[in-house]
Amino acid sequence: MPAPQPSAVLDVDGPAAPPRSNGELVFAEPWESRAFGLAMSLNASGVFDWEDFRRQLIAAVAEAEREATDDEPFSYYRCWLQALERVLDAGGVVSTEQLRARAEELDARPAGHDHSHGHGRGDEGHDHHH
Amino acid sequence: MTFETESKRLPVALRTEALESILLERQLVDPKVMDTYIRMYESDIGPLNGAKVVAKAWTDPEFKARLLEDGTGAVAELGFKGPQGEHIVVVENTPTEHNAVVCTLCSCYPWPLLGLPPTWYKDPAYRSRLVREPRALLAELGLSLGDDVEIRIWDSSSEVRYFVLPERPAGTENLSEEELAALVTRDAMVGIAKVAAPA
Repeated sequence: MPAPQPSAVLDVDGPAAPPRSNGELVFAEPWESRAFGLAMSLNASGVFDWEDFRRQLIAAVAEAEREATDDEPFSYYRCWLQALERVLDAGGVVSTEQLRARAEELDARPAGHDHSHGHGRGDEGHDHHH
Repeated sequence: MTFETESKRLPVALRTEALESILLERQLVDPKVMDTYIRMYESDIGPLNGAKVVAKAWTDPEFKARLLEDGTGAVAELGFKGPQGEHIVVVENTPTEHNAVVCTLCSCYPWPLLGLPPTWYKDPAYRSRLVREPRALLAELGLSLGDDVEIRIWDSSSEVRYFVLPERPAGTENLSEEELAALVTRDAMVGIAKVAAPA
């Protein structure tokens, strides 16, 4: 397999630009870098068009900036993930329903995960660190 | 859209994991390739500040002299200073002398210049091996140095942060300072790699 090459140029300024510190990307939590890696490798293999993703990202960022509150501050990678979900849903790759079903399956895992039984859907009260 | 609104309520880490597991199942992604992309883009711009210092030193001999004489002062000329960058000593790599930086006690790191430390920098095995068997470790990291090259390992402390001035690669005589800065990597400024000439 040939060495992966950069397939998209990340924005450096503007709403779609990822957070950086001294030039380098900053991931606050492990899931952020996973979401980043997913989008970059799917784009590289031609699963979606970078410009479509970028448009969704800009839209998600604009929406999130309007909706940000003190309790739930703006998160760039939350927007990133949302843009990725939308572009995959629109392209018929992974539908929102499929994603939701899988997330609920994973959420229902009993052992070895730091959450209790009996919570309902949409429970945001626990973390999944891997 | 109802589904989307609902899915937004699921924890983001869980949504990401679910997405990855579906894509893995369909063989649309490969975790190793994903990691490669993450690393590639993490440093696609690179530690800009340090790179600018290096490029200026390569193109301005007087700045270079000041940099080697008083790293802290010369770096401050470019506007770079910060809580962990106060005492900077710059060590120059030459064809016969190679410098690399480590911190055996803690993880002192001149981050105003180099960005955030990579995870391996904090790894005890890396730190102790670079001190004990630098030639072997550097070779493992992809930097094979001839026996005629003297290797010096600098132990950063809370007092002094070392910063490596890498060698300017051959074939870059016509490049501008900005173009040169784009070539400089963090690994080169820690001394575990050389700066490669543009392809």
